[in-house]
Amino acid sequence: MTIATYILFAAIVVCALWTVQASIVRAALGLAVVSVLLSVLMFQMGAPLAGVFELSVCAGLITVVFVSTISMTARLDAEASKALRAVRAKRFRPAIVAVACIGALLWISSYARDVSPVIGETAETVREVLWGPRRLDLVGQIIMIFVGVFGVVVLFKEKREKEIGR
Amino acid sequence: MGALLVLLPLLGVVLLNLPLGKLAEKLALPLGGVLCLAQAAVILAAPASFWDQALFLPGGVSVAELFHASFPVDSLARVMFLSIATVGFCSGLVAKYTMADEQTQFRFANLLILALAGLNGIILVRDLLGLYVFLEITAVASFVLIALERGKAAFDGAFKYLVLSAVATAMIVAGLALLFIVAGSTSFDAVAEALKTSGSSQLALAAVAFFLCGLAIKAGLVPFHGWLPTAYASAPSAVSVLLAGIVTKTSGVYTLIRLVDAVFGYGPAVRQVLLVGGLVSIVVGALGALGQKDMKRMLAFSSISQMGYVVLGLGAGPGLGLAGAIFHLFNHSIFKTLLFVNSAAVEQQSGTRDMDKLGGISAKMPVTGTTSVLAMLSTAGIPPLSGFWSKLLIVAGVWQAGHPAFSAAAVIASVLTLAYFLSMQRRVFFGKVADSCAGLKEASAWGLVPALLLAAITVGLGVTAPWLFQTFLLDVGSIL
Repeated sequence: MTIATYILFAAIVVCALWTVQASIVRAALGLAVVSVLLSVLMFQMGAPLAGVFELSVCAGLITVVFVSTISMTARLDAEASKALRAVRAKRFRPAIVAVACIGALLWISSYARDVSPVIGETAETVREVLWGPRRLDLVGQIIMIFVGVFGVVVLFKEKREKEIGR
Repeated sequence: MGALLVLLPLLGVVLLNLPLGKLAEKLALPLGGVLCLAQAAVILAAPASFWDQALFLPGGVSVAELFHASFPVDSLARVMFLSIATVGFCSGLVAKYTMADEQTQFRFANLLILALAGLNGIILVRDLLGLYVFLEITAVASFVLIALERGKAAFDGAFKYLVLSAVATAMIVAGLALLFIVAGSTSFDAVAEALKTSGSSQLALAAVAFFLCGLAIKAGLVPFHGWLPTAYASAPSAVSVLLAGIVTKTSGVYTLIRLVDAVFGYGPAVRQVLLVGGLVSIVVGALGALGQKDMKRMLAFSSISQMGYVVLGLGAGPGLGLAGAIFHLFNHSIFKTLLFVNSAAVEQQSGTRDMDKLGGISAKMPVTGTTSVLAMLSTAGIPPLSGFWSKLLIVAGVWQAGHPAFSAAAVIASVLTLAYFLSMQRRVFFGKVADSCAGLKEASAWGLVPALLLAAITVGLGVTAPWLFQTFLLDVGSIL
């Protein structure tokens, strides 16, 4: 690992911590920044396609969906917002300490070095993997799209009908 | 031929969403019912060789060639397909009984059929990544189903399930990634082979631990059970039937059984975790059930406890323990579905699930009352009902595997099961008719047919259990 990789890791951790403690719009933007940094890391570690997916879907599309959804919500009043901010900051502190302790333990132990990675299907190109051995997963994705469509219909459609009725 | 069980539901959803107008709304629930009945009929009638035959698509390409995968259907898979079909069918009937407008029924039926495809996919795949894909399909369909009738409680239940399920997914994907490093493949066989040679590595152990925790969340086992009572209680009745009857059982418990049996193996550490986890779930679930006022929440805690028995049986390893675990998984999917059908009938007729406000319902709803007693006795393990035989096999299997203390604790804990169910029966069905229940009427045929069907299976399996044991269960337990 190079120094640039360490810097990227550190930047990701800092942004992630900021994300879980920020207000909801800033959290969405913080998540986007984490995804951008993660895609740079992926490029650097030799996984350009994974980086492109991360950048376009996670940093791009998902951020747009989050910000659009947040724009439909009402803003909290100042007092409630202040109270929530205090709770939000506290809520994640034990998690941060726990993750840091587990990370330190794993770093000290040689857990990741007792097995040498086996290179299997990664040797083929992504296109061959996706349209060859992983074709069944595409059927799964089609079913997932149907489920997603019904999710949107169930959660949003009738609301609009009620609004029109009102 | 197994691939049909995923492809036909997918085709069904496509057909339902053609521009057929009101006709599609009328056809949706019957189509869901027909798919479930067809699945049950094929499982019961077709010989084992039927599943080995290749399925050819128009153009002469076989499905196995197209998807670069085989879809083996063994005894365990057949048991699961049968419970999925039975519970799915009963859930459709309950939807007809409890959901007022056709549009909600249409949406429910579509999601039921998609969940059916997801559940069948979980049973069919022999690849960790494929398993993850179908687990996610089932989970997302479940979130939407819980929130189907909206309202604060429904969103609360769906959100809790969503968050906990996301944690489970993160753990499963982390485990999957680590196993991919170890094996270089995600197929069950390749990973099992790799774990045989490097199973003692810390990386492999971490991967297995991640997987077990993820599946424990999906199964709602203690200490990962926080989402389950809220999700079951806040979902519409037909969805509670589906969730309790088959969704958590397939995505959590079946997957656990399959992966331990075919991939992780019965190592001493895995067995110890399963035995302790199972016993803790039995006791905590039963104690939780004792303190509930809401009928569905009580049944949810009871599910946690009963799934503890299945995990305990799995911890005993192949043979009697595993046979008992699989038998109890099937039995529980039947009698817990029956109890949720009864709860749906009580809620639909009386307008409440608060057990303190109900009383003496058996006098007004005799069929619901009688079937509920049968389900209750079977859950508590009273002979000769089906639950007795499966619990007996589990207790004997755990004893045989050299864990008499666990075995004895499981027997003592079943007294707790009897205690919370007797409390429910006394408060809801027996005694003096409560003033609020004076004008109650028995549920309609849509609510009674599933109750009678499930009660008949519970009694039938109990009576034929010794024969089943010789012909089928030992084969399943020794394994597959």
